[in-house]
Amino acid sequence: MRNRMLRSTLVVVLLAAGVTSALSAGSEDEFKAAYAAADAANKEAAKLRNQWTTTASTLAAAKKAADAGEFDKATASAKEAEALAKASIFQATSEKTRWKEMEIR
Amino acid sequence: MKLRSAVCLASAALTLGAVTFAGALPFRATDKIDPVADAKAFQKFFTDKFPKVKYEDFVNGPYSMNEDLHRQWQEKEQFPPYEFSLEMGKEMFSKPFKNGKSYEDCFPNKGIGIRQNYPYFDEKEGKVITLELALNRCREANGEPPFSYVRDEMAALTAYMAFTSRGKPMDIKIPNDPRALEAYQAGKEYFYTRRGQLNFSCATCHVQSPGERIRAEILAPALGIVNAMPIYRSEWSGMGTTSRRFTTCNSQIRGVPLSPQDDEYRNVEYYLSYVSNGLPISGPGARP
Repeated sequence: MRNRMLRSTLVVVLLAAGVTSALSAGSEDEFKAAYAAADAANKEAAKLRNQWTTTASTLAAAKKAADAGEFDKATASAKEAEALAKASIFQATSEKTRWKEMEIR
Repeated sequence: MKLRSAVCLASAALTLGAVTFAGALPFRATDKIDPVADAKAFQKFFTDKFPKVKYEDFVNGPYSMNEDLHRQWQEKEQFPPYEFSLEMGKEMFSKPFKNGKSYEDCFPNKGIGIRQNYPYFDEKEGKVITLELALNRCREANGEPPFSYVRDEMAALTAYMAFTSRGKPMDIKIPNDPRALEAYQAGKEYFYTRRGQLNFSCATCHVQSPGERIRAEILAPALGIVNAMPIYRSEWSGMGTTSRRFTTCNSQIRGVPLSPQDDEYRNVEYYLSYVSNGLPISGPGARP
């Protein structure tokens, strides 16, 4: 009986450890994917000579959170950085023609 | 900043830009590059917008926009805050390099009274050459390390050179070379292109809003804005070069600045100087 209880406790502990580890691993993977996407978008903005300072600072915040093991926060920041980088790409692309609307003629 | 608010801010800024400016100005029938017509329209825009401002006063930036500020500027000019830089520049300019040559050997007329001809288009290189760039090239050609484009030494040298040209009308030429026209056009495009998270172009402040306040500052008109460079800015508690002005403008609107003297900055200086042709050099200037 005692052995049975010990075995069940061990199983629960191992399961809990496994779940925790799987959760944090999943979160870290999610962060890595989000960060890679944001970084790629920011590099695209650099090619267009139109990076935003806020993209860089948000990417830095994502990395800092990830270094501290706060992967949920890090992933949120990386996604925010990607949104900012994509907006800067949209801006650079649309301004290729839209600048003329402001021109003094 | 949360993701949603970041996206909202960016979208709102882009939409605002579209709503504010779309259709405000008519398209020209052709998009032919015509610097003469551009300069005429540019100058007319400002003289129409500010009919009470004396034409040559536009080079005084915000001080031309408001009587009180103008009086402040006149008082400031009694003991100009750029004087220390001017003295430093004069001393640096006349001091020989280690090889015995000096800046005088690199410039026409020994570098005196020539500020109004910069930037110019170098047909050999196929690019715009600014005064700051020419000064560093002079140093490097004589075995000296280049100065930072945004620090005091460069500001001092250009302050002295501007001072020797004070009152001379800006006289920028566009040679009969398609590359020169392209550089001019690229500069114009840069000037009107919105960038940064705040979705501002140079024109947003200096065409759309001169004389208006942005926080505590009164914005300068684009016409004649380069004639006063370099400038002492109270906000900086020091001197600033044209390069410093361009890069800080970019970062203030949350755009990552390019490197000083990158093609974009050289071209926009070429454009802005050309459309200010005829206005006197007033540098070094002082700004709030």
